Amino acid sequence: MSGTSIPTPSPAGEAAMRSPDQPGTWFQRVFRQKEYWPPYAAGFGLGLTLLAAFVLMGEGLGASSAFSRGVAALLGAVAPEHAAASDFWSRYVGGGQSPLINFMVFEVAGLAVGGFVSGWLAGRLGIAVDKGPGIAKGTRYGMALTGGIITGIGARLARGCTSGQALSGGASLAAGSFVFMLAVFGAGFVGAFFLRRKWL
Amino acid sequence: MSAPYFESFSLPVYLTLAALIGFFFGFFLERAGFSSAKKLTDQFYFRDWAVFKVMFTAIITAMMGMAYLSLAGWLDMSEVFIPPTYLWPQLVGGLMVGAGFIVGGYCPGTSVAAAAIGKLDAVVFLVGIVIGSFLFGEGFGLFEEFSMSGSLGTLTLPVWLDINTGVVVLGVVLIALGGFWAAENSEGRWNLFGKTYGRGAGVKSHEG
Repeated sequence: MSGTSIPTPSPAGEAAMRSPDQPGTWFQRVFRQKEYWPPYAAGFGLGLTLLAAFVLMGEGLGASSAFSRGVAALLGAVAPEHAAASDFWSRYVGGGQSPLINFMVFEVAGLAVGGFVSGWLAGRLGIAVDKGPGIAKGTRYGMALTGGIITGIGARLARGCTSGQALSGGASLAAGSFVFMLAVFGAGFVGAFFLRRKWL
Repeated sequence: MSAPYFESFSLPVYLTLAALIGFFFGFFLERAGFSSAKKLTDQFYFRDWAVFKVMFTAIITAMMGMAYLSLAGWLDMSEVFIPPTYLWPQLVGGLMVGAGFIVGGYCPGTSVAAAAIGKLDAVVFLVGIVIGSFLFGEGFGLFEEFSMSGSLGTLTLPVWLDINTGVVVLGVVLIALGGFWAAENSEGRWNLFGKTYGRGAGVKSHEG
């Protein structure tokens, strides 16, 4: 971890965190340890959440479209004529209902709360910047902004991101989602080679 | 009455369920350590296989769940939204999301979880997504034709490959298990709620 500040854990969290093999209550061992969950446990939980989304809501998880809806709502408020005239924004702002009254928007709001609660229980809250050891914070912010912009455009082009395409499309065996998944990992591995001095 | 149930929910119930599902989504992402750009990008340097493991555990869990539920006649898959296939935009969009991932350190969902626990780089990444979303919408005229190219409709792997769904499900499970096996052999040991198993058991974990 390269976070610059490590938050002070609560006494209960500290006790549970001293040694992974130390006994504690079931709740402390599972939820109050600073150590991350084993990937298979977290993945199983995520899979059940994904399954619940399909069974209850009739569609999988997503994230990126909530941001398009947020921008559409903003444009609908500050420049309604412009939004209504756009082939893209009018998909969201038309129909008399706010683009924010939507599964993905409420789901992403819940995502933020769920992430916060998990981090809070584990003692992982704190203002920090995650970066490779060899770069300045300013460089990291520049990378984050650039990466975010590329992701924002790419996710709309693909009609989804790692959540909507790779996870949900993968689980529902959508052919194009597997193409998407291979492309994400391919670009990631190639890019990683060129950015190794930024991350390692 | 068979699933999915979205048509039987009132709007407040629907939105509450959406937020609840999102809560667990964010909770498990953060539990996995996906609120850290360093941990996420370590996958691309083969230092940490958590991204692959979590993603494929989730995919095979939900995939098998849906396969069994539809086999039992409880889940009507014709009512479930399956992302339609647009080959070229999905290829190029995937390359862009992959590039954005390694440059920015996150994908959209993980950046929300990371921002929620105080990661400033994730907040900046989110600002980038908003700008990117705005640029896509404003430049839609440029992207529109390409974004419709390679359209194959709602196409699933069993239909595309002309193989029975159960066989495809088994194939994806076997590919995932092969990947897990390779990952475990390269990492040597794994942890389950504070206990270490596998090669090097008893040694303190390097994770977290």
